[in-house]
Amino acid sequence: MNASAAAAAPGASGREDIPISERGPASIRTVVSFGFWLFLVSDIIIFSALFAAYAVLSLQTAGGPSGAQLFDLRHVFAETSCLLISSFTCGLCMLAVARRRRTMTYQWATVTFLLGLSFIALELSEFARMIASGATPARSAFLSAFFTLVGTHGIHVTVGLCWLIVMMAQVATLGFRPMVARRMLCFSLFWHALDLVWIGVFTIVYLGARL
Amino acid sequence: MLGHLSWAAIPLNQPIPLVTSAVVIILLAAILALVTWKGWWPYLWREWLTSTDHKRIGVMYVVLALVMLVRGFSDAIMMRSQLAIAAGSAAGYLPPEHYNQLFSAHGTIMIFFVAMTFVIGLMNFVVPLQLGVRDVAFPVLNSVSFWLTAAGVLLVNMSLLIGEFARTGWLAYPPLSELRFSPGVGVDYYLWSLQISGLGTLLTGINFTTTILKLRAPGMGLSRMPMFCWTAFAANLLIVAAFPILTATFAMLLLDRYLGFHFFTNEAGGNAMMYINLIWAWGHPEVYILILPAFGIFSEVIATFAGKPLFGYRSMVLATMAICVLSFMVWLHHFFTMGAGADVNAFFGIMTMIIAVPTGVKVFNWLFTLYGGEIRFTAPVYWSLGFIVTFVIGGMTGVLMAIPPADFVLHNSLFLVAHFHNVVIGGVLFGAMAGYTYWFPKAFGFTLDERLGKAVFWCWFIGFYLAFMPLYALGLMGATRRMQHYADMGWQPQMLIALAGAGIILVGIILTFVQLVVSIRTRDRRRDLSGDPWNGRTLEWSTSSPPPPWNYAVLPQVQALDEFWRMKNERKGSEASQPIRYKAISVPRHSAVGFSIAFFAVMLGFALIWHIWWMAILGLACALAVALVHAWRIDIDVEIPARELAKFDRQHRNQDAPA
Repeated sequence: MNASAAAAAPGASGREDIPISERGPASIRTVVSFGFWLFLVSDIIIFSALFAAYAVLSLQTAGGPSGAQLFDLRHVFAETSCLLISSFTCGLCMLAVARRRRTMTYQWATVTFLLGLSFIALELSEFARMIASGATPARSAFLSAFFTLVGTHGIHVTVGLCWLIVMMAQVATLGFRPMVARRMLCFSLFWHALDLVWIGVFTIVYLGARL
Repeated sequence: MLGHLSWAAIPLNQPIPLVTSAVVIILLAAILALVTWKGWWPYLWREWLTSTDHKRIGVMYVVLALVMLVRGFSDAIMMRSQLAIAAGSAAGYLPPEHYNQLFSAHGTIMIFFVAMTFVIGLMNFVVPLQLGVRDVAFPVLNSVSFWLTAAGVLLVNMSLLIGEFARTGWLAYPPLSELRFSPGVGVDYYLWSLQISGLGTLLTGINFTTTILKLRAPGMGLSRMPMFCWTAFAANLLIVAAFPILTATFAMLLLDRYLGFHFFTNEAGGNAMMYINLIWAWGHPEVYILILPAFGIFSEVIATFAGKPLFGYRSMVLATMAICVLSFMVWLHHFFTMGAGADVNAFFGIMTMIIAVPTGVKVFNWLFTLYGGEIRFTAPVYWSLGFIVTFVIGGMTGVLMAIPPADFVLHNSLFLVAHFHNVVIGGVLFGAMAGYTYWFPKAFGFTLDERLGKAVFWCWFIGFYLAFMPLYALGLMGATRRMQHYADMGWQPQMLIALAGAGIILVGIILTFVQLVVSIRTRDRRRDLSGDPWNGRTLEWSTSSPPPPWNYAVLPQVQALDEFWRMKNERKGSEASQPIRYKAISVPRHSAVGFSIAFFAVMLGFALIWHIWWMAILGLACALAVALVHAWRIDIDVEIPARELAKFDRQHRNQDAPA
């Protein structure tokens, strides 16, 4: 590419001889996904504050039940499976988006949605069982921290499910225009990030209680 | 139906908040009436309230900050006058409950709604211009950020008339801020207003970090970025890393207060010290979120008015980023008295002293920039020189308190109050005022009155020393902070001097507004037609004053640090410049999303404060609906044809060379 054409379209050119930091404004796709990565960083920092609180309070059971008494690892295994598989199906959905394949997008989005929904249902049943047995968040500092940390993750998954519905409506009404594809990219980043947080929850909360 | 809200929430028996609220409401009504009568609403709505232009948003932030400065300062002068009277047997005129609300509101407002708002406003206005681009990465989000900040401001001010504000100090330490000890709505006003505005700040952080890293004019590598952009970058990184901690911490306190959780309670295993650790893990970086952009402003001002490139640019960048990292490793120095033990205290004490090193590097860089320069003593330079002297004193008292054994004596005393006012006024406020004076002509096309500007500086400078130097002495004599009355009559003379200082600062604040009015009225004599009133060095001075909505018709090709300085020097050599080929560009359309979401956020916040659940659900649902509708908008940009760009540039250039 010659210099005058490059000057006419700053940023859009692939001039390898110019350092990346001097090529001018990045493409909108780069800007949006970078901004969303930063948002995910900030979200993970929220979780890290909640993890820290959980670590400080996890032994403060105030005479109430402890994690080892309350957690059923088989239940948690089912939850984990749902969420991890949904991350895989979300990836398949993104491949369908990249190929502009509408039916396949809907199919994999539906599978992802159902897996996410099962995760939420399993989590709610766990919460309900604990609350019924008197292990409410107000019972002890440990339970406050537990319900807040795990519940915040659950709220994120729920928001993700709502977002997925909105995105499918956008695909249906607006088609695979760049704006929609960018948002799908952000959604998939969000969904994978929730997996990452869940692995932390699984390790620190559920496996940690067995130590 | 209305939750806890009843007529009892209006403080009919307290004349001070009642009369103040009445005056504010009458003033607001008068402004609204004037706008309606003059028929300014369509203009105001389209060009300002729904603007997504970073320059307009920046100006609105600064206006908000100046208004809140008046509010925060009224709290201050009330406290100072109370303490000037309430010695020995005299009780003063402020009852303790009211006094407690005053210092809580003063701290909250000054940090969150004056300092933060001012600094973010200046970053909004300046950063895209200095980077040589047309706007921030996400212009609509930027408007949302501003309006969420305004929503927080509105909620804090509503507490004056409806209910009460927190009596817990500006950081609402538990267990005092727990429901058991603060059963009223004061803490809820504090928490919800800061949650809402904090979300706005977080979005600003994401927006500006993305802008600075991903949107710069071609050729502007990181090592050609103006110093203010570097400091803004560091500040926004800190926002992204620190504000989520604040959100999480406040969320935990809210769960304690609303749903009976036990994060920070005395009972059931809660841990109040965890709150204090978490809040300062946000709070210390917050200090640098405020001061780093101020350092950037001084760097720009000093380089411009000394007529020299900034001395030690690279060391300045390194120092900025070192402070950015170190600021996360010193939080415990806010509570050495917690009892963490000698080893932990020693670590944090040493880390705190280490921060003085990069700060010292900066001070020497500024001094060496001034050395040998042809300094023009304008008002921004006055602020900068005042800053160097004042901030060094404040820094030294800070290092003094970084020594844990000394801190055990000074903790919670007026010495501490004097220290942080020393750095926040001498650093952040002086910086904000320098930036305001420096960039005002860029924003409005005419300069501010220089004589009045200097008068404002002298009032703040002298007023600051009179108001806070006595507090250092009083602190050493044993006077504690947040004290409403004292028995020792020997303290009264210093308290009276401090009140006099606050009075002089009051004159300074009044003169700021006088300066604004006088400058507007004489604007025809002080027009800046060149776009470069100070003989500036960075790109913002290369466009017109005020800049067009698109900032630059053609993005500049950056070849150097101090790019505009280079352009001016080369232009002198060759008069004939090549014709510019204009291409149509698109700028974001104005958008009511920010305003609408903030409106519903106020509704949500107010409903949550007063436990009006239906209204909370309604507010949240409406805010989400607005976002959802916006998600389907496709026509978010307006195209500006090449012809219009060329015409604007031609006009600007003609004005450029009248002589």
